[in-house]
Amino acid sequence: MSRAETLNRPASTHPLPPPPMGLLAELTHRCALRCPYCSNPLELDRRDRELPTAVWKRLLDEAAALGILHVYFSGGEPMLRPDIAELVAHARDVGLYTNMITSGVGFQPAALDAVAEAGLDHIQLSIQAMDAETCDRVGGYAGAWQRKHMVAADIARLGLRLTVNAVIHRENAHQTKDFVQLAEDWGAARIEIAHVQYYGWGIVNRARLMPTRQQVERAMADVEEARARTAGRLVIDCVLPDYYARYPKACMGGWGARLMNISPAGVALPCHAAQTIPGLAFDTVQERSLSDIWYHGAAFNAFRGTDWMQEPCRSCARKDLDFGGCRCQAMALAGDASATDPACSLSPLHKQIVALAEAEAASHRSDFIYRGFQGAPKPQAERQMVPLQADRP
Amino acid sequence: MSVDLAASGLASIVPALPRGVRLRFDESRQQWFLLGPERVFEPDDTAAEILRLIDGTRSVEAIAQDLAGKFEADPAEIAADVMAFLRDLAGQRMIDL
Repeated sequence: MSRAETLNRPASTHPLPPPPMGLLAELTHRCALRCPYCSNPLELDRRDRELPTAVWKRLLDEAAALGILHVYFSGGEPMLRPDIAELVAHARDVGLYTNMITSGVGFQPAALDAVAEAGLDHIQLSIQAMDAETCDRVGGYAGAWQRKHMVAADIARLGLRLTVNAVIHRENAHQTKDFVQLAEDWGAARIEIAHVQYYGWGIVNRARLMPTRQQVERAMADVEEARARTAGRLVIDCVLPDYYARYPKACMGGWGARLMNISPAGVALPCHAAQTIPGLAFDTVQERSLSDIWYHGAAFNAFRGTDWMQEPCRSCARKDLDFGGCRCQAMALAGDASATDPACSLSPLHKQIVALAEAEAASHRSDFIYRGFQGAPKPQAERQMVPLQADRP
Repeated sequence: MSVDLAASGLASIVPALPRGVRLRFDESRQQWFLLGPERVFEPDDTAAEILRLIDGTRSVEAIAQDLAGKFEADPAEIAADVMAFLRDLAGQRMIDL
């Protein structure tokens, strides 16, 4: 099946999926930090394109009616929105579980009191490294380390449920145990040890971020040890780095299966990076309801089910477990969004991807291309990458 | 299995939902959910009965007595099941004991 046929297949061939579980509300792309692995697109939405308060409130109403349980206020930095407490209160009013994903930087302490008072259920605070110098350099913001510690103290004072978000790469993979200790010191109930996923700004900076295989193995062992040590006190969730994996991640729990992502300007996306797939038609919340987009939107239906798959996915026993991996990664690395994710060891491209990761991990580059509204040079074209003859089945 | 419920100490254990964990009934799916950070638990009918009785004042013993009356079962056995269920959730920081 050609890609065009895949993408244009009518939605009516699918049974209706269950309602979504979560709504990722990207309220803004503005952020004081400039992390080089940001999952936002290279072309960011400017402030004048952000949806107004009234539209977000309508979307929260629609989300609750659709059966969404969790809303994740994210961005960019969601706390930069002057209406953030109003949106949290509205989400609570309609029964949604409210999560805030924040850098802790760029807003006044009083804003945190306001969202706590509005009924925020859970806050996720990022930390970029376990030493001040690296933390501030990765975030591209002097003083971030100190500021985050102050915010953590405020969160503890307010009694908010806290998750620490640690994004792991070559420069901080050796600090895995220290991140866990920090989470305990801050009184967190949970930590995410999330290895960089190479999309958006991450793929631009891949050579500067990719850990060695030895680093990854050590970091995973550190996580297991920490889990045993903190069992019952701290929940440790770990997102694996997939270039070195045997099987790909079940990206988003399946395309159009669990989550909806709304960009600051109101584009409804099956995932952060979906706009990197050419040929997909995305709906906007200005034109259609969330329910209509979820059940009938062309982009949400493009990779539902397994009919779109090629070999080796099509006949694979794992096709309902990991759904062939990530469509955006297949696009970025194989040049075909319906190909097997090259992170999978069954992909004919896998050996090349591993070799690429190993070479980049050994490059010692640290000249980050920082996230910003100026955009970034397009990632190196890897689309010429073709299966090695020896790897063909 | 029969234990002396009064002597079990379960009267002094009062489970509570911590801040950041909520039990809610979802109208669109017609089922209960226990929601926490990055967690969606779908309790079965029995588990939902237990969770609905947790109000931060009732003890495990009181919850077990209530359920035993409802299901016409031995309170001590029910208490053991309730405790096992709650310990599992507590280990995941979804409930305070």
